[in-house]
Amino acid sequence: MFKQLVPATLLTLLLTVLLGLGYPLAMTGIAGTLFPTQAHGSLIERNGTVVGSALIGQSFTKPEYFHPRPSATTDSDPADPSKTVPAPYNAASSGASNAAPTSKSYIGGIWALVEQIKAENPDARIPVPVDLVTASGSGLDPHISPAAVEYQLPRIAKARHVSEAGLRALVASHTEGRVFGILGEARANVLRLNLVLDERWPVE
Amino acid sequence: MNAAGILQIVVYFAVLTAGAIPLGAYMARVYSGERSWADPVLRPVERIIYKVCCIKADQEQHWTVYAFSALMFSVVGLVLIYAIMRLQAMLPLNPASQAAVAPDLAFNTAVSFTTNTNWQNYGGESTMAYLTQMLGMTVKNFTSAATGMAVLVALVRGFARRQAKTVGNFYVDAVRSILYVLLPLSIVVTLALVGQGMPQSFDAYTQVTTLEGAKQVIAQGPVASQVAIKHLGTNGGGFFNANSAHPFENPTALSNLIEMAGELLISAGLVFAFGRMIGDTRQGRALYITMALMLVVGITVCYWAEAAGNPLVQAMGVDLTSSDLAPGGNMEGKEVRFGIANSAIFATATTGTSTGAVNAMHDSFTPIGGMVPLVNMMLGEVIFGGVGCGLHGMIVFVIIAVFIAGLMVGRTPEYLGKKMEAREVKLAVLCILIFPLSILGFGAVAMVLPVGLAGMSAAGPHGLTEVLYAYTSATGNNGSAFGGLSGNTLFYNTTLAAAMLIGRFLIIVPTLAIAGSLAAKKIVPPSAGTFPTHGALFIGLLIAVIVVIGGLTFFPVLALGPIVEHLALAAGTLF
Repeated sequence: MFKQLVPATLLTLLLTVLLGLGYPLAMTGIAGTLFPTQAHGSLIERNGTVVGSALIGQSFTKPEYFHPRPSATTDSDPADPSKTVPAPYNAASSGASNAAPTSKSYIGGIWALVEQIKAENPDARIPVPVDLVTASGSGLDPHISPAAVEYQLPRIAKARHVSEAGLRALVASHTEGRVFGILGEARANVLRLNLVLDERWPVE
Repeated sequence: MNAAGILQIVVYFAVLTAGAIPLGAYMARVYSGERSWADPVLRPVERIIYKVCCIKADQEQHWTVYAFSALMFSVVGLVLIYAIMRLQAMLPLNPASQAAVAPDLAFNTAVSFTTNTNWQNYGGESTMAYLTQMLGMTVKNFTSAATGMAVLVALVRGFARRQAKTVGNFYVDAVRSILYVLLPLSIVVTLALVGQGMPQSFDAYTQVTTLEGAKQVIAQGPVASQVAIKHLGTNGGGFFNANSAHPFENPTALSNLIEMAGELLISAGLVFAFGRMIGDTRQGRALYITMALMLVVGITVCYWAEAAGNPLVQAMGVDLTSSDLAPGGNMEGKEVRFGIANSAIFATATTGTSTGAVNAMHDSFTPIGGMVPLVNMMLGEVIFGGVGCGLHGMIVFVIIAVFIAGLMVGRTPEYLGKKMEAREVKLAVLCILIFPLSILGFGAVAMVLPVGLAGMSAAGPHGLTEVLYAYTSATGNNGSAFGGLSGNTLFYNTTLAAAMLIGRFLIIVPTLAIAGSLAAKKIVPPSAGTFPTHGALFIGLLIAVIVVIGGLTFFPVLALGPIVEHLALAAGTLF
């Protein structure tokens, strides 16, 4: 029976070379030629420096920027590497809250977030959209819903001294609908929106 | 729930069925050794592989030799991937300088990828070197999938052959699965995914300065080539910690559709291939309808629960309405680009099959929404199931169903002209009993040991569900998780690895024994007393058998977990 060990070992080694080196290397070569930007992470440059990736959310807290969704990513604690500390939008360690729907601390946390967001956006005209108070699965969600854009719009108009109507028109042209009108959900890319804001109405 | 969501479910089934039928016809040709369009390129490669690896391709194997070959192939691969993880710090292609993986975590991961489970007690981007992801994870994704497909093909031959001593050659079936099915599909899917934005490079992690001036390190790597086979092979182990919720591992709603269709495509295709290989396509169609019906029910329940959202969040004045402007519902752990409907389809599909990839975090689903993936796995991963494993699991239930039907009318049960006698039914029952034994056994141990209880992140019934989910996922070789569980401990690494091994090999061996026993039997021509196994009556009976067996076994523990949590949530009780 143990004579099966020979073909099993040889086949494993051969497949390791073929599928573990040949296949990914060939795919890297072809993909890099066909889709050079995407294959290297869809990076965005401004004035010659890389400011982020079109697919990876980043943290925004200033009032003049659209804010992304809450992020539950963490980083190791500099004081004690065995522990972690909150580090929103840590793109080297993706992750979610994994909070239970019946968790006291989770529901309490949402309550605090709702209060904080209402305080930050005193002029908002619609109820708080759910995506603004819930952490995404990756902790790196680059998008917010059109409702979350509209919710924050009065705050940004005020901070950048522009009319809400003008801002709304600009934002509308940077909101994407469902793919083919069918798949997924409508959304706006927060980093792209904020880049456009800086370009159009820079903050002095 | 809204029309846009329901339309996406319909589109999903249309894409899946349209792909599975021709793929099934093609796979039937491949496994029967008939000519196919790929022959001119692949036949010579195949011959070289056999020659280099000392495989005697024309020699068929008795089921015991076939099983032993599958085991040896798995064990050698397990040792190799373990060694790669332990040595990765000394090997090249490690730009992020990942350290050697700890022994218990490396063991758990090696078992996980060998058994097609792909449970992950680690975060990919913070633990594994690029070389480990390629030589270890990517290769195992192919080989573990091919092993499952080979076992199924042997079982199908058991039905198709009469008075035969052999069930095929394991190495030939495995090599053909990879060369003719998994690899070509992976190449196409890889390129499609990169087109959608998935990275495929060996760049070091990129450091950027954000608009607000903070530093952000963006992990990347040869992602697409691994993610393609992760779905096609129903593996599910993510390149990144967040799996297919990560924007690099699932950039758009279209990539999401490709991944969701990819994880069912081969399993569904094999159902049609089965019909062709036994010479009666109606039999394959009946099993396809059975699986599709169960999948639709699961998706609907999950979608309904998640779209309704968390009543306590709604009570704070947060808008949970789903519209063209907002996803609404329960968005904790979900991504805006997918919304609720796609998260529900993904969660149901990934657990009906043994994929275990996630595009939303099951731990944060509502109690009923999260119960759907759990129940899917408890039913034995037969709703399309893992590539190969799903259909052979379903055939085990078919044996039980025809046995029960036989008892009702007082005739010897038969399926596809083969009489189901004491030996086959006993082996089928063994396959079915191993499941609750492992899930409830390990779960009970974890519930009484402090090391087990320490892993739960949630209090109350949700904590029980986390542990129950872990052992169900491991035994079912699924790999998805209620991620709040701290599984990277000595206790969970070892017990989960044991559950994965039990769920894989204690199912494969009796299945191959059934194959050997069936192959040796005569084929009885159908008579007036034969119970037809392709009609609505049989589909109904089969679903009833699956649900009753699963229900009787697991209802008590579900009542203590998600069901009581649902009632608590409705009453506003928190833990």
